Amino acid sequence: MANLQRNTPTFDSAKIRNDFPILKRIINGKPLVYLDNAATSQKPQAVIDTLTTYYETTNANIHRGIYKISEEATAAYEEVRSIVANFIGAKEPENIIFTRNTTESINLIAYAWGRENIETGDEILLTEMEHHSNIVPWQILAEERQATIKYIPINEDGELDLSDLNTLINKKTRLVSFVHMSNVLGTINSTEEIIERAHQAGAIVVLDAAQSVPHMPINVTNLDCDFLAFSSHKMLGPTGIGVLYGKTATLQEMSPFLGGGEMIDEVHLQASTYKKAPWRYEAGTPNIADTIAFGTAIQYLENLGMDNVRAHEKELTTYALDSLTKIGARVFGPTNIEERGGVLSFWYQDIHPHDLATALDTDGIAVRAGHHCAQPLMNVLKVPATTRASLYIYTTKQDIDMLITSLMKAGKFFNNGT
Amino acid sequence: MELEELYRDIILDHNRTPRNKRQLDDADIANHQKNPVCGDEINIQIVLDGDQIDVAFFFGQGCSISQASASILTDVLKGKTLDQARAIAAGFHELMNGSEPNNIDDLGDLVALQGVAHYPVRIKCAVLACDTLDEGVIDWLNKHQI
Ligand SMILES: Cc1ncc(COP(=O)(O)O)c(C=O)c1O
Repeated sequence: MANLQRNTPTFDSAKIRNDFPILKRIINGKPLVYLDNAATSQKPQAVIDTLTTYYETTNANIHRGIYKISEEATAAYEEVRSIVANFIGAKEPENIIFTRNTTESINLIAYAWGRENIETGDEILLTEMEHHSNIVPWQILAEERQATIKYIPINEDGELDLSDLNTLINKKTRLVSFVHMSNVLGTINSTEEIIERAHQAGAIVVLDAAQSVPHMPINVTNLDCDFLAFSSHKMLGPTGIGVLYGKTATLQEMSPFLGGGEMIDEVHLQASTYKKAPWRYEAGTPNIADTIAFGTAIQYLENLGMDNVRAHEKELTTYALDSLTKIGARVFGPTNIEERGGVLSFWYQDIHPHDLATALDTDGIAVRAGHHCAQPLMNVLKVPATTRASLYIYTTKQDIDMLITSLMKAGKFFNNGT
Repeated sequence: MELEELYRDIILDHNRTPRNKRQLDDADIANHQKNPVCGDEINIQIVLDGDQIDVAFFFGQGCSISQASASILTDVLKGKTLDQARAIAAGFHELMNGSEPNNIDDLGDLVALQGVAHYPVRIKCAVLACDTLDEGVIDWLNKHQI
């Protein structure tokens, strides 16, 4: 059924909007225009219902109880592992580790893989467009292991400058970690060249896919990355659940992350043996309800078809780029729609982003203003902050029109008096 | 709440034409603070005449609330004692908490920022200049053992 619907050409945002109760909210007497999807997405009724139904009918601890509802809860939880694996084209459900979010997924790699594999003098390669969550864990690791962090620079168009890739990735490079789609610029980084070169040099590759997995079709097997991290809350699912995909051999070799229940085979007084991956990395009672609701979120996206999601966002992003440019806003990041997603960071009439965001808020429009957890990138762009509008499946052209109207109103207010 | 209630004309005016925006080489008191969350930055510099503020200057970057409050503050500070300056900073915090400080008359045009109290996320922008001032004065008092 999912396959049939995948090819449906129509993408009915109006119908989709009906599935999201929060979109009926009125803010300051105006309908909510939610354009902060890069921060977190809204949740459809089906996801909210799954949470309620789970607590009303199935709640039990998993992997332990020898009774009906525990079996049901365990099966529902483990089924999501298969749903996730299938969604991102992983070979096995066992390639999927559940974490709290992208941040924890990256920290897990830095801790469990990094502490065993990074040695004094080794190099870790990142890029100048990373989220703080793909910088700080590596800084902590690098300091502990006396390793060096290097950065792939970006050019004025907000794209990675790969001209020095062959020296940036060298025989000292052990790990390359980079963002698949930038949460500031919307840039979709081409992965092939970096991953190929990294593997030639014997380095492993981590993809921060927090912004790409929710918005475009992803196949980890084709990408050939060693790890990939993303968060449920940015793709219609609940907060508090994230994913770390890892290649089988790498996952089986790594040491544990957190120690405790659920991750052990046998515990003796002086030492213990651990379960195999992925359970080795899921210590303690996991976030069962949210994981199961995350499964519903993925099914919702699969029913729409990720190709259709991407096509819808391409169309809207083109419209938003045109509209913003027409009123004189400076939009950062690539202009070629094939190279970018629906994250639009801009600078308008020299009005500080905080003032703009407050002005938009009085019209019920939710955007983000600030450095978007990417201070090094702000330095490269030479702006203190940006205003960011980010789209999703329920965003419509009317939403963009309201953004533009409100921006022009703010421009008049701040620059010409009232 | 309407935009006009937050951004009073005085604020817009100070933002467009900031007063006392200058960088001195030889101020008696100089302090800098940055709001790491939003990147707003304020430097306050003070020239003393005894324990009275002769003139105050500021420079920095950020949103109109942070820059206008610094501009207004430097106007307000002229002729005040350091104790009065500290009381102004404290009074401004009370204003941001939605109450009316005893020394409201000393606050002068800073009262125009009253509307910010209704925008909790923007309070940190408004108080940055006062916090920078207060920290600078405390440092100076400590150094001079007063
Ligand atoms: C590119 C990118 N990486 C990582 C993260 C961190 O995600 P989380 O806060 O869910 O851990 C985000 C979210 O803002 C992001 O946009």
